[in-house]
Amino acid sequence: MSNVSEALKIEDWRLTSAEDLKALQKQILSGRDPNRPEIVVCHGTGCLANGSEKVSDALRTALADAGIEAKVMPGIKTTGCQGFCSRGPLVLIRPGGLFYQRVKPKDATEIIEKTLLKGEPVKRLLYKDPASGDTILNEQDIPFYKLQERVVLHNIGKIDPTDIADTIAAGGYQALAKALAGMTAEQVVEHIEQSGLRGRGGAGFPTGRKWRSALKAIETKGRPVYVVVNGDEGDPGAFMDRTIMEGDPHAVLEGLILGAYALGAEKGYMYVRAEYPLAIKHLEVAMVQARELGLLGENILNSGFSFDVRINRGAGAFVCGESTALFTSIEGKPGNPRPKYVRSVEEGLWGRPTILNNVETWANIPLIIGKGPDWYKKLGVPHSTGTKVFSLVGKVNNVGLVEVPMGVPVSAIVEDIGGGVPGGQPFKAVQTGGPSGGCIPYSLKDTAVDFDSLTKAGSMMGSGAMIVMDEGDCVVDVGRYFLRFLEEESCGKCLPCRLGLSRMREILDNFSRGRGSEQDIEDLISLAQAVQDGALCALGSSAPNPVLTTLRYFKDEYLAHVNNQTCPAGVCKELITYTIDPGLCTGCTSCARQCPNNCISGRKKEPHTIDTDQCIRCGICRETCKFDAVRVS
Amino acid sequence: MIDFTINNQKVSAQPGWTVLETARYYGIDIPTLCYHESVKPSGACRLCMVELKEGDWSKLVASCIYPVQEGIDVHTETERVNNVRRWIFEMLLATCPASEEIREMAARYGVVSTQMPVHDPDQNCMVCGLCARVCEEVVGLSAIAVMDRGVHKKIGSPFLRPTDVCVACGCCVSVCPTGAMQSIFDTVRGKPAMEMTQLAV
Amino acid sequence: MSQSVETLDEIVERYPGQPEYLIFMLQDIQSTYGYISEDSMKVVCDYSGVPLTQGYSVATFYQSFRLDPRGEHEVRVCLGTACHLKGGQRIVEEVERRLNVAAGGTTEDLRYTLSTVNCVGACALAPVVVVDEEYLSNMTAKKLEKHLKTLDYDLENETKEHGHV
Ligand SMILES: Cc1cc2nc3c(=O)[nH]c(=O)nc-3n(C[C@H](O)[C@H](O)[C@H](O)COP(=O)(O)O)c2cc1C
Ligand code: SF4
Ligand code: SF4
Ligand code: SF4
Ligand code: FES
Ligand code: FES
Ligand code: FES
Repeated sequence: MSNVSEALKIEDWRLTSAEDLKALQKQILSGRDPNRPEIVVCHGTGCLANGSEKVSDALRTALADAGIEAKVMPGIKTTGCQGFCSRGPLVLIRPGGLFYQRVKPKDATEIIEKTLLKGEPVKRLLYKDPASGDTILNEQDIPFYKLQERVVLHNIGKIDPTDIADTIAAGGYQALAKALAGMTAEQVVEHIEQSGLRGRGGAGFPTGRKWRSALKAIETKGRPVYVVVNGDEGDPGAFMDRTIMEGDPHAVLEGLILGAYALGAEKGYMYVRAEYPLAIKHLEVAMVQARELGLLGENILNSGFSFDVRINRGAGAFVCGESTALFTSIEGKPGNPRPKYVRSVEEGLWGRPTILNNVETWANIPLIIGKGPDWYKKLGVPHSTGTKVFSLVGKVNNVGLVEVPMGVPVSAIVEDIGGGVPGGQPFKAVQTGGPSGGCIPYSLKDTAVDFDSLTKAGSMMGSGAMIVMDEGDCVVDVGRYFLRFLEEESCGKCLPCRLGLSRMREILDNFSRGRGSEQDIEDLISLAQAVQDGALCALGSSAPNPVLTTLRYFKDEYLAHVNNQTCPAGVCKELITYTIDPGLCTGCTSCARQCPNNCISGRKKEPHTIDTDQCIRCGICRETCKFDAVRVS
Repeated sequence: MIDFTINNQKVSAQPGWTVLETARYYGIDIPTLCYHESVKPSGACRLCMVELKEGDWSKLVASCIYPVQEGIDVHTETERVNNVRRWIFEMLLATCPASEEIREMAARYGVVSTQMPVHDPDQNCMVCGLCARVCEEVVGLSAIAVMDRGVHKKIGSPFLRPTDVCVACGCCVSVCPTGAMQSIFDTVRGKPAMEMTQLAV
Repeated sequence: MSQSVETLDEIVERYPGQPEYLIFMLQDIQSTYGYISEDSMKVVCDYSGVPLTQGYSVATFYQSFRLDPRGEHEVRVCLGTACHLKGGQRIVEEVERRLNVAAGGTTEDLRYTLSTVNCVGACALAPVVVVDEEYLSNMTAKKLEKHLKTLDYDLENETKEHGHV
């Protein structure tokens, strides 16, 4: 047994058994008074961008200035992303869960004096529900949170991700200790199989089956084998994995160690995209602390099992999220997918059996091992068990990260949790699955969000981005957007993808200019088929999906572009004109001053006009006008 | 021996063969551009796609890398296969308009014109990477490689400047299926290709 | 600036001389020097035992590597889906116009490099612009211009204080 010091210093602990871990947890908890107030400041990427570091600094100063007795001194905790980034910086007061949003450093003194010392809320910082107009005090009563089921995200927002003591207190690494002490590797794999867990990285491949195949491959090929975390999260508009890595890095690490134990892997890799510096930092800190405690590295918990991990920072290539491209990249080469008809569980990293799973998949592993597959299976629906984290963005009131059980309808996420489209109209479509996915039109808003139902509707689960579109979003424009994205991100190795995506995008470019014919739409579909059939990897073969589903549900909108030269949503630049409504224009001149092409004229306090021939349709005037007088048609 | 069918014809292959190798052995035609016996196949051009059928279900695979398996039912001239081929040829005609070789080959498969816009009338390289693979795997020098990515992918030497790593063996020029290496070679060696090609294998 | 910059050798020697560390070394060089010079590329390839072609194709394949010096400030406009729908493209066009540089390029005075990025994971704050390490939320071209002006101001102050840039 290691050195049980009085004042807990993690450095003094080196855990050698499951009992040790329990003892440590107990000791951490005994040093904490659950009734002592705690000020929680979100330090996720979103809130930091909105200045939450200055907020926590100000709160610390204000606390020190308030002269509170040490015994009852509230703690300040900084956490990972709490999901409601659009309202950040967020500050919570626990216990109780009083929820402050858009907090500024200058609010700090008032929060301390009013709320902590007198127990009164600071009204202007409270959340006002845009749908009902009600002011809500506590986090747990806000619809955005109330209707979620936070299982994978359960720790995020509660723990300080840079302090392993918080993770241990919350029960972290208990699943690992349980497995090492009393489960065979075979049993771990069985648990995962029984849980029904499917990969969260996009394709929904059953995780247990993947692990089983890897075990089979090991029978003939032997070891070494590798376990790899796919933290590339390239889907533009998604930040689930970022949030998990930043906010609960130990969950990913614990999952990975369990996977390594199941396969007998000694080495693992985390491939994390370079655009996520904070996630990388938190993972690194987590690894160091886990190593110090004996939860990672040589002879983990004295079980005889050794395993270590290395982080590979991505260098900016979406295609490296594809499994074989990811392996090639880890090997130090350009991330071109491998042209082989052999599965990576058999021949993955360095040509060895490898299991690659997504960040969220890995974070589910400790839950399944800890609480058992039967508990897990109760979440979600039969063929899609568990929960799924979604990033809900676009034209929706409550933008943020949400977790729900699999199988809830699209509308529950977009309307109930998301509060619907600002302004109250129904949404037009929800794009799921990012550049490889498709869209769900409003008429299918009752579609269950699970792997199979989404695929049946012509979309896909993908990694979990849900982009809400309203009537102001044009499907031709969105199709062009995704094609342009994939064209830029294509590795360029195979012809159907390198040349075909450019060609498809050119056809859509023409549509957006009102050029093209119904024959072009037919050509587009036949070319899309050739790309799907011919491309070497799934980047290319799934690239036509967004266009094909929008053609399926919004063909009229395409026809409006090619036949009538109009863009009903008012997005495609060459098909719209900006004008100023003389009834609304007050002649404030601010648009004229902002117009980069100087094509707005008018006298002060008199209605202005736009010279449509000169107008470059940048939309700045519309953004500038405080009276909503600029019209698009 | 591994037995299966191509276009309903019974064929047998050695273990380790690809579908393409088997088809070639039996004289069954499958177009290829990026394939060459002397280097590992890379599956880049996708002209060699064939359809594998299994009941109602089918999928397209690149025959130059698909390993033969007992009992597979391969078809080389289906609607889906021809759709892929036609589009690839059309796109190649537009991207490599300067390549006589590509024009001839496309014509053999019935594609004589393209409706797509030509962006660079002098281009003839389709970036199949065969030249670079030969330089790496056969010559062992890696004097040239595929640089950049996506639509910008191109063949060249580091920093796109002449390199003395190249020994002017001419292998790359001789395997190039489009005739493009002939002109790219000037920038690799800094000397006209004609002086070197007599050394070619 | 007085702090000593690590030498090339110091950087590469952080890693074993193996091909799998090639990307690590290039990343470190890039973050120290802002770009990868021809000489440093040669050193890295020699040290990790790969042909120069591999180093060069790696550096040109991945978006984050630069082979030319960068501007003093890097302005990255997000064009991920969320940012696109909220007008990211308009910001790019406007900044291109105002700085007189195309996305991907560096201004002549080497002050700014303008680039685009596909999602920085702060989608709830769309449109997002990252200037150097700082994330700016709910951006407009106007707000961005204001922010860039404050950078210029800092620069001028520095010049005054230290007598050089
Ligand atoms: C172009 C492309 C990009 C991908 N990007 C990611 C990614 O960023 N993260 C991820 O987990 N999976 C990504 N995938 C899916 C992976 O290839 C792989 O299926 C997944 O990581 C497996 O993990 P899972 O079974 O846990 O989902 C991508 C696939 C393709 C074709
Ligand atoms: S489909 Fe696209 S990304 Fe995939 S190998 Fe082909 S060119 Fe590369
Ligand atoms: S030069 Fe020839 S062999 Fe080399 S990539 Fe171009 S077309 Fe292929
Ligand atoms: S001629 Fe030069 S580039 Fe071409 S294969 Fe020979 S060594 Fe390589
Ligand atoms: S970063 Fe604070 S809620 Fe997302
Ligand atoms: S010959 Fe098979 S892909 Fe080119
Ligand atoms: S789309 Fe811009 S941050 Fe995600």
